[in-house]
Amino acid sequence: MTDLYHTQRAMRNMRRAAMQRGVVAILDIGTSKIACFILRFEGAERLREVDGVGSMAGQSQFRVIGAKITQAHGMRYGEISRMAEVESAVRTAVQGAQKMANVRVDHAIVCFSGGNPRSYGLAGEVELMDSVVTEGDVGRVLAACEMPDIGTGREVLHAQPVNFALDHRTGLGDPRGQIGNRLSCDMHLLSVDAVVVQNILHCIKRCDLELAGVASSAYVSGLSSLVEDEQELGAACVDMGAGTTGISIFIKKHMIYSDCVRMGGDHVTSDIAMGLQISTAKAEEIKAKHGGVVATGMDDRDMIEIGGDSGDWEKDRRQVSRADLIAIIRPRVEEILEEVRARFDAAGFDYLRSQQIVLTGGASQIIGLDGLAARILGQRVRLGRPMRIRGVPADRTGPSFAATSGLCLFATHPQDEWWDFDVPAERYPARSLRRAMRWFRDNW
Amino acid sequence: MREPPPLTAPPLHAPPRHAGAAVRPALSEPVQPSLAAPAPDLRAQRVAPSVQKPVAAGWTRHAAPERPPEPQPEPAPKPRQSRPARRREVAPSRLAYRMERLWLTPMFRVAMRYGMPVLLVALVLAVWLGNDARRAAMANQIAEWRLAIETRPEFMVSMLAVEGADPALDAAVRQVVGIELPQSSFHIDLDATRARVATLDAVKDVQVAVRSGGVLAVTITEREPALIWRQDSGTMALIDGDGKRVALILERADRADLPLVAGDGANRAAAEALALVKASGPLQKRLRGLVRIGERRWDMVLDRDQRIQLPQDNPVSALGRLIALDQAEDLLARDVKTVDLRLKTRPTLRLAPQALAQMRRAQGLETAESDL
Repeated sequence: MTDLYHTQRAMRNMRRAAMQRGVVAILDIGTSKIACFILRFEGAERLREVDGVGSMAGQSQFRVIGAKITQAHGMRYGEISRMAEVESAVRTAVQGAQKMANVRVDHAIVCFSGGNPRSYGLAGEVELMDSVVTEGDVGRVLAACEMPDIGTGREVLHAQPVNFALDHRTGLGDPRGQIGNRLSCDMHLLSVDAVVVQNILHCIKRCDLELAGVASSAYVSGLSSLVEDEQELGAACVDMGAGTTGISIFIKKHMIYSDCVRMGGDHVTSDIAMGLQISTAKAEEIKAKHGGVVATGMDDRDMIEIGGDSGDWEKDRRQVSRADLIAIIRPRVEEILEEVRARFDAAGFDYLRSQQIVLTGGASQIIGLDGLAARILGQRVRLGRPMRIRGVPADRTGPSFAATSGLCLFATHPQDEWWDFDVPAERYPARSLRRAMRWFRDNW
Repeated sequence: MREPPPLTAPPLHAPPRHAGAAVRPALSEPVQPSLAAPAPDLRAQRVAPSVQKPVAAGWTRHAAPERPPEPQPEPAPKPRQSRPARRREVAPSRLAYRMERLWLTPMFRVAMRYGMPVLLVALVLAVWLGNDARRAAMANQIAEWRLAIETRPEFMVSMLAVEGADPALDAAVRQVVGIELPQSSFHIDLDATRARVATLDAVKDVQVAVRSGGVLAVTITEREPALIWRQDSGTMALIDGDGKRVALILERADRADLPLVAGDGANRAAAEALALVKASGPLQKRLRGLVRIGERRWDMVLDRDQRIQLPQDNPVSALGRLIALDQAEDLLARDVKTVDLRLKTRPTLRLAPQALAQMRRAQGLETAESDL
C-alpha cells in the first residue's frame, strides 16, 4: 500500500512536470482501438489553482493538438495479452499524434478498462487536534480509513474521498477551515489486478514515455458523458466498449461505484463471424452497416450480401436477411445488458434517487439499443456522447471516444485522491532515517 | 493455430489447392448460425476469441483438419489484387519511433539544422587546412587572384593631373605626390597623398581623387599672398591674410605691390595689418610699412621717417581719427617725427628737433641745446 502511495505520488509529480512543460499525451488503451491525443496546456490558468472547473467547462486551459487512432492488437478484455503488438500499436498512435502536433511528448496519462475493477466504500474518522480542520487533518482522516481486504495481487487504482462529515454535518465538499471536533470521511476505492497495471506500465515504459497518471476508463467516460446535473443528482454511465462494458455510478460529482462486465462489441462481432461463417473483419463491417437489435417485418426481405473470397461461388454468393443478423446480435446485446443489470442490482442502484442511465462507448451505437436497454435497465436511459473537447477532429467525437475525452478532462482536473494529501508524520515508519540513508547509497 | 493466407487466388475452374479445401464440402451446407463451428478460416488474420458460451447442443470444437500433402507453389506467386480485410497499419519500428521522437526534440532539431552543417564545414576546413603546404598554396592562390583583379585595366591609374596650381607649384606638387604611374588604384593611398601635398606652403586646400579614365586628379587651391613679412633675421616671406607663409622672396622689390610688415609675431596679426593698410586711405602713398612692437601693437611707418604709434585696442579707429586730424590740420605734412596715439585721450606729437627749437624760439623760450 505504501509502495503504491509512492508510485501514485510520483505519477502526480510527473503530471505536474507535464503541465509545466505544457504537453501531455492522453492514451486510451482499448480493446479495439488505441487513441492518443496530445494536450497542450495554455492560458493564464495553467499554473495556478482555480476554484471549480474554470471557464469554458475547464477547457480554456488546454487544447488537443494531435490525435491519432489506431487499431489495437493484442488486447483482450481491456487487458494486454500480447505485449509486443500492443507496444507497436501504442507506438503507432503516439507517433501519429506527435506528427500531427509536431511536438514531442514525454508524459502519458493512460486509461484502460480491464483488470476486473472492484469498488469498495471506506470510512474513517479522527478527532481534530484543534477545532479547525487543516489539510493535515484531511490527510489524517484519509489515512485513518481502514483498508479493506482487496485480495492479493490487486492494486488500488483510485482512492477518492467522496464525502466529509464534521460532527453531525455531512455532505461537506471541502472541510478545510471549518470548525468542529470529529472529522470523518467516506472514501471510494477502486482496485484492479496488479498484473494488468504492471503490464500497462511496462508497455508505456517500453515506448519511452513516462506515466503521468492512470485512470479507469469507466470512470473517465462517466466524466465526459454525464452532464453536470446528472453527475450531481446521480446517474450511471455504461461504457460499452469492444472487450468490456464498464459501469460507473456518479452522485454529487463523485464516482461512488464502478464495475465491469467482461463482454462487449467484439463478442457481438465474433458471434456474427461464427454464425455466418465469415471473417471477423467482414463481420465487423456487416455489424456496423446493417446491425440492429429490433427486427421488423421489412428486415425479413432486406437481404445482405455477406460475401467471401473462398473461390467457391456458392459460398461467396451467400446472402442473409437482416432479421437473421439481428437474431444473432440481439441475444448477445441482451446478455450484456442483463449482466449490467445484475451489477446494478448488486450495487443497489435501485436505492439511488435518480436512476438516469447513460449508454456510451462504441458498442452503444448499434441501432435500437436505447429501446432494448430501456426494457432491461429501466426507463430512464439515454444514449450519451462525450463532451466536446477543443481541437479534436470531428470524426473523433463520437461515443467511441467517451473514455478518451473523459481522460482529457481528468488530466486537466483530476479528482483529489488519497495520495494527493500528505500522510501525517506518525504514519511514516520509524526507520525512515535508515531508509533515507539507503536511498542515498543506492543513488550515489 | 494460424495459417498463412494463400498467396495466389486459385482459378475458379481448377480444383482448389489449398488446405481448407478438403473439409469445405462438409461445411457448405445451408448456414445454420448457431450450429456453425469456428471454421478454420484461412483468410482471417486473427480469429476473434471464441465466446465460451455454447449456444446450442452439438457445438463442438473441430480439431484442425488433416492436411493433404500440399503441392509446391508456383515459382513466382502473384500478389493478390485486393484484400477485403482492413489492412493493418504498419507500426513504426522501435528505432524509427525513437528517431522520430529525437527529431521532434527542439534542441536536437536546432543542433541538426544549424550546428551540424557548421560543424561539418568547420571540420572539413580544419582537416584540409591542417597541412602547411596546402595553406601556403591557398594563400598564394588568393593573392594571385587578388592581384589579377587589381591590375585589370579598369582599375589602373596612368596619369597625374594637377589643377589650379601655377607652373612652379605644379612641379613641386608632382614631386611631392611621388607615385609611380601606372599603378592600380587599389594601391594608391589617397589620404596619405593629400596629406603630403597639404604640407606644401603654397597650398591652401587640396583634393585628391581618382577620376574615370585612369586619372589621378589633384585639385589645388593656392594661398594668395597678401603681405610681405620681414623678419628680424632679414629674410622676407610672403604671407597670406591668415599669416600663413606662402613663399620666400629675396627682395622687397619682387613684390612691390604688397605692403610690408615687420617684427616678431607680425604674421599672427596679419588680418589686423591688412585692415590698417586698407584704412590708411590717403596715407597709402606714403606708407612704408607696419612694424609689430612687442608682439602687441602696431607702428605705422611713413616716408620721411614719420612713425604713427597705434594703440593695442582699436588701432583702426585711432588711425581714422588721425587721418581726420591730418585732413583738418594737415598734421602729417608738418615736421612731426612721431604721432603717439597709444593713449586715446591724449594723442602726443614729437616734433623734429629743429622744429621744436623753432617753436620754442617763437614762444620766446631759450633752451640750451646741443647741435646734435
